[in-house]
Amino acid sequence: MSQTVTMTVNGRAASVTVDDPEMPLLYALRNDLGLTGPHFGCGLGQCGACTVHLDGAATRSCQLPVGAAEGRQVTTLEGLGTPERPHPLQAAFIAEQAVQCGYCANGMIMQGAALLAATPKPSAEQVKEALVANICRCGTQPRVVRAVLRAAANA
Amino acid sequence: MDGMQMRRRGLFGAGGALVVGFVLGARPAAAWTDKPVALDQVDSFLAIDAAGRVTAYVGKVDLGTGVRTGFTQIVAEELDVPMASVAVVEGDTALTPDQGATYGSLSIQVGGVQLRQAAATARRALLAEAASRFGLPPEGLRCEDAAVIAPDGRRLAFATLVGGRAFSLAVDANAPIKPPEARRVVGRSAPRVDIPEKVFGRFRYVHDLKIPGMAHGRAVRPPAMGAIAEAVDEASVAGIPGLLKVVHERGFVGVVAETEWAAIRAQRALKVRWSAWAGLPEQAKLWEHVRATPVAQRQVTSETGDPAAAIRGAAKQLSASYDFAIHTHGSMGPSCAVAEFRDGKLTSWSASQATHNLRKQLAMMLAMPVEQVRCVYLEGAGCYGRNGHEDAAVDAALLAKAVGRPVRVQWMRHEEHGWDPKGPPTLIDLRAGLDAAGKVVGWESEAFIAKGAGGNVDLVAAELGGLPRESLSSPGNIVHNLAQPYGFPAVRTTCLRLESTPFRPSWIRTPGRMQNTFAGEAFLDELAAAAGADPIAYRLSVLEDPRGREMLERVAKLSGWQARPSPVRDQGGEVLRGRGVSYVKYELVRTYVAGVAEVEVNRRSGAIRVIRFFVTHDCGQIINPDAVTAQIEGNIVATVSRVLKEELTFDRSAVTSLDWASYPSITFPEVPEIVVELVDRPAERPWGAGEPTAAIVPSAVTNAIFDATGVRLRSVPFTPAKFLAALQGT
Ligand code: FES
Ligand code: FES
Repeated sequence: MSQTVTMTVNGRAASVTVDDPEMPLLYALRNDLGLTGPHFGCGLGQCGACTVHLDGAATRSCQLPVGAAEGRQVTTLEGLGTPERPHPLQAAFIAEQAVQCGYCANGMIMQGAALLAATPKPSAEQVKEALVANICRCGTQPRVVRAVLRAAANA
Repeated sequence: MDGMQMRRRGLFGAGGALVVGFVLGARPAAAWTDKPVALDQVDSFLAIDAAGRVTAYVGKVDLGTGVRTGFTQIVAEELDVPMASVAVVEGDTALTPDQGATYGSLSIQVGGVQLRQAAATARRALLAEAASRFGLPPEGLRCEDAAVIAPDGRRLAFATLVGGRAFSLAVDANAPIKPPEARRVVGRSAPRVDIPEKVFGRFRYVHDLKIPGMAHGRAVRPPAMGAIAEAVDEASVAGIPGLLKVVHERGFVGVVAETEWAAIRAQRALKVRWSAWAGLPEQAKLWEHVRATPVAQRQVTSETGDPAAAIRGAAKQLSASYDFAIHTHGSMGPSCAVAEFRDGKLTSWSASQATHNLRKQLAMMLAMPVEQVRCVYLEGAGCYGRNGHEDAAVDAALLAKAVGRPVRVQWMRHEEHGWDPKGPPTLIDLRAGLDAAGKVVGWESEAFIAKGAGGNVDLVAAELGGLPRESLSSPGNIVHNLAQPYGFPAVRTTCLRLESTPFRPSWIRTPGRMQNTFAGEAFLDELAAAAGADPIAYRLSVLEDPRGREMLERVAKLSGWQARPSPVRDQGGEVLRGRGVSYVKYELVRTYVAGVAEVEVNRRSGAIRVIRFFVTHDCGQIINPDAVTAQIEGNIVATVSRVLKEELTFDRSAVTSLDWASYPSITFPEVPEIVVELVDRPAERPWGAGEPTAAIVPSAVTNAIFDATGVRLRSVPFTPAKFLAALQGT
């Protein structure tokens, strides 16, 4: 039975029609709405690659049924900032060159931005704790921590 | 050769236009484009269009390491063009020269050096052409901002000189490259060209590729690695909307659907009756299994004097065995590929690190002429060797063929952890003898390693489906660094190449060099302790190479090393601190690295933390210092993860560590602080950076654990359980 889900994505009304409302939000964003900032990393809530903001809270979009996003505010990496108006953390990622392959960067930035929204001046320990469930296999962690601290200092 | 001669030979002349898709009569009709790809032609590497924009074509691919930026710098430097006007095309079998697979930290050392020579040849030709048009000798001319400038101020843009046409010129190994003092782009930390798009979600990974008519596929892997599908119950997935087809060929089973979610649902729901298979060894007896595996070949990798006799006659004899667990690549993004058949030709997009090889493998498997297959690299998640990318490309190709539509396949996490090829288990026995003064008189080692070298890793679906394949074992070129960099009077190092290894092997970051350096540098530490010597002083007493000595001396200074023997005495408290050193000259012929690890060990819980890691690094000429530093950091973090946490688990039928809970990766709070000191040698050739640093991490860490606790861990990973067991044994 197909069903239409309506939500606000990156500030605009968006709707997707799905066969199965249990489909994770991640697939709606990537395949139906063309927002490929969030990535599929594990589909298990273990790595953070798929992180988006749901009503401002960092959320694993691979774990959220698209039906549960009905009427809610979704922000993806594309909506966080743009080259013209970057989020301070995006600018800090560039300044610190905190990316290797970048597959994890979506999760790092979305998780880090949620931390900064709640805790504008975190300590290095707080940054590491906030990102404890975000995996990076390329080893960018030292730079990611520096980038979050830089964004906090510049905000 | 002067400009006139080249003109007569048609340099930049009519014809040979670099229009992709234009097929010259002389080339086989099956060729995809007329673009040359031979390694000896400038046009294979470089094109300058009518607007003066430069395209570099390289067979090596980025893999997330930033090497694309390095290639951009190299071309911008040699041609004197802004980095912003250089684009890089990587790993497209129709467009790029076959520079070999992207592995071994060879992208700059080999790929970049070939590209640099092509650019240097092009630059000289541009100067000669401008000279003839100016009517001046080329010596007085210079290049600047994509133009040749005469002493009188006249200017000829590259676009005017060659724009849109071919160089038609062989790469000249003697074309002069820029001397160090003239360089302005290379040797500096240019920001990486890919990062802005990646932080704004605009970068297009292979995972993001969408082509018209594309369907989504998933393979359904057997629960036992060698099982055959005896029956497939298509009715079990009939209710899934959008399902297009169930494909079944021996052990290869797959589903194709209109949407990705439908394909995933079908992958989960499909009922298959699989044959039984239990061909894996018992994990608890892995090392017995390795020792009992028939030896296919004994290969002595270094030999001096008679070490056996020297050890027999020594004042003190030591022996030890080191083992290194099976590791998975565990790329952050599961492998992904898209395949399309059109007019009898196959185009395969993947993040393969060896598209030219993949092309041959696909052609063989599908019984197609190789000319009918084009493999295009698109960046994927970072891969640290040959992971599952090629296998996903095969799944996509088989499914696309079955449905007659383009198909995208992305593996699920359990497929990546379960089916990517593995770093083979490695076991190393060592013996040494010391004289009364503690000096090494003899050194012997044997490494039990999977046979094979760096060829192509077999394709999962070809194997499961019983399709034509090469049937090679390709664990990577793993014999290096068993031979020692030190001046021991008598040495024999031997590789015992084993007939088989439990899992399909492939190279994972620093294959062989990591395991061999682990055993060698840790065992040397045991000898230093037995001799009552400081570990750095002990190494320096047997190391002649001045560049290597410099790395060790620098790392001692960088880390504030206090000279004393290990272990440290009289530490109170529950948490013990120590430091350990390690050194490598990569493959004994290139990059020098020394490192010091500082660890904390909780002697009650066995928890081990690497607090800090210091590295000194000499890879000859540095193209981009910040990118080299980032590679070093990444290799340390990833290798600390491997040696503290990672180990494949399996039962008799299949891998059981199928997610990040059962195969954990390092977390932020566990990441050490890293301090890097680079030594740049602009007048030398550039060597690889990346892998060489990973080689020293396991030994530096275990040496530090020994320093802190007096407990010697000889088995990777260094888990709390192993520490506590070893503590009991001391
Ligand atoms: S993909 Fe969602 S947490 Fe890994
Ligand atoms: S940059 Fe590759 S996984 Fe983090």
